[in-house]
Amino acid sequence: MNALIPSFDFQRIFIAPWTSGFETFGWIVLMGFLVTAACGLVGNFLILRRMSLVGDAISHSVLPGLAVAFILSQSRSTTAMFLGALAAGIVTTVLIELIHRKSRVKQDAAIGIAFTSLFALGVILINLYAGKGGVDLDQECVLYGEIAFVPLEPPVMIGGQSFGPTPVVRMALVAAATALLIAFFYKELLVSSFDPALAVSLGINATLIHYALMSWLSVVVVSAFESVGAILVIAMLILPGATATLLSHRLPVMLGLTLLHAAVSAVLGMHLALWLDCSPAGAMVVAGTVLFKSAWIFNPTDGLLRRWFWTRLEKPVIEAT
Amino acid sequence: MSAPENKHPAAIAPADISLEVHDLTVAYHKKPVLWGIDLVVPRGKLVGIVGPNGAGKSTLIKAAMGLLPVSSGWVKVFGEPVKDNLTRIGYVPQRESVDWDFPVSVMDVVLMGRYGKLGLLKRPTKADHDKARECLDKVKMLPYANRQISNLSGGQQQRVFLARALAQESDLYFMDEPFSGVDAATEVAIVELLHELKSRGKTLMVVHHDLPTARSYFDMLLLLNMRVVAFGPTNEVFTNDLLQSTYGGRLTIMSEVAEAVRAKD
Ligand SMILES: Nc1ncnc2c1ncn2[C@@H]1O[C@H](COP(=O)(O)OP(=O)(O)OP(=O)(O)O)[C@@H](O)[C@H]1O
Ligand SMILES: [Mg+2]
Repeated sequence: MNALIPSFDFQRIFIAPWTSGFETFGWIVLMGFLVTAACGLVGNFLILRRMSLVGDAISHSVLPGLAVAFILSQSRSTTAMFLGALAAGIVTTVLIELIHRKSRVKQDAAIGIAFTSLFALGVILINLYAGKGGVDLDQECVLYGEIAFVPLEPPVMIGGQSFGPTPVVRMALVAAATALLIAFFYKELLVSSFDPALAVSLGINATLIHYALMSWLSVVVVSAFESVGAILVIAMLILPGATATLLSHRLPVMLGLTLLHAAVSAVLGMHLALWLDCSPAGAMVVAGTVLFKSAWIFNPTDGLLRRWFWTRLEKPVIEAT
Repeated sequence: MSAPENKHPAAIAPADISLEVHDLTVAYHKKPVLWGIDLVVPRGKLVGIVGPNGAGKSTLIKAAMGLLPVSSGWVKVFGEPVKDNLTRIGYVPQRESVDWDFPVSVMDVVLMGRYGKLGLLKRPTKADHDKARECLDKVKMLPYANRQISNLSGGQQQRVFLARALAQESDLYFMDEPFSGVDAATEVAIVELLHELKSRGKTLMVVHHDLPTARSYFDMLLLLNMRVVAFGPTNEVFTNDLLQSTYGGRLTIMSEVAEAVRAKD
């Protein structure tokens, strides 16, 4: 039993990360928050457009992009990998649209076809290439990045001043840009998600918005998962938005709740990871799921508990009046 | 065809034309659903679009707004290609075409009608809110302004769409079945609204399914069944022969038509 559930040492789990261990755990929590916030903000619009699984698709289909970028550039430089992955993300989106528009296949099936075929292509490319020169590139390094190693990455130095580990700085820029883009193009995103036909009649190019959103999704996904792994990215594209959906019927409020969800799951996840001595990314997803379930059960307007009370207790009162 | 359709397109001065459709053919998966549509719609008319299910009424509206790829032909709105004049078009889609669980309020939806006038990066101003409130008031939905749209009845949803179209302040309106699912009182209110818009010089193209009322509501009728069966003033077009060829002699409808035509004589 003891081996399965480690002992609960309050000092080690709750105090230390904020005091002596802050240099390490501060970055992990911040990284978790930034990834979750950026993914969650974009994810809200994916959920509204019933495209939640596109993020999953893109995170798998970047593999051939990485392989091609590697073959072309002969290096594993971050820039080459980033561009390759981004191109793959955009190809995925275009492929999904093509299959869905030009055939009778529905969108969910089109997503399934697009990403599995691209993933398979990536596997083949890597096999072919690895056979020839023992290349150091495999799907492991893409899909299973580890957030715990983030504090060890080389820092960004500007004018002799350290601004923190490179992945964290990069993610901070991406998250800030995500928030700004949503703020700037809020009404275009809103109307093209709600009623694309109206958007067109208002002179808003709904197709352009769609591809812009998908390209930005690729940017977010790609910049996040090399350092934190695919699980956190895929889960956080959906969990914060889904939780917010349960708690509010107003999109701006939902976007705010998404940020709150991101912060709470990052902090709770880090504590959970310390306690269970497991991957912080996985623990953050578990924490995010717990938040979702709490919202589902305890939501005061139409949570499960509230519904239970409605049917058991409140009905007779209504009948009596 | 004995139809008076487009008999004198040249008789309308170009400045008085709101919508002009030339040789429009639209196909889904290579199967044409609209075939060689020619239309010249004068300004300031209330036009009913009538035809059986699957006749291509919704398709015509979408194609006229440039929402669908067309196989041939062109559409002009106030003398310009439709894509250059989109802001002069208002649109009421079929109610089922949007997700009513979407997390927006009634007010948010009506404000969307103002987006076309706002331009990039601009937020709706107080004037836009006032306008939206005025439009909601016209369709008697002002008390519901802050409701989440999923908490509305079908008829209320329809009125929200109308308010949004009003907020667009367009000159040409396309409305796809604005009377579907509304009660009699609301229907009367909407018809009044349409007449008021018409009296302000707006052109309205309205898909409508009920033949007897179509005759009394509209100035002009477009009888559509893949092709234009007839297009002209209601009293010229609303004849037994033309309605028969529009509906292809389907029994239940035929008795309705006979009834309606008899009522007219
Ligand atoms: N997205 C689509 N893909 C393929 N065929 C379509 C599509 N939309 C419509 N159609 C076909 O085009 C034809 C015209 O459809 P449309 O929706 O324009 O008819 P309608 O006159 O509006 O009918 P209703 O009275 O039922 O609303 C129908 O035969 C329909 O099956
Ligand atoms: Mg229709």
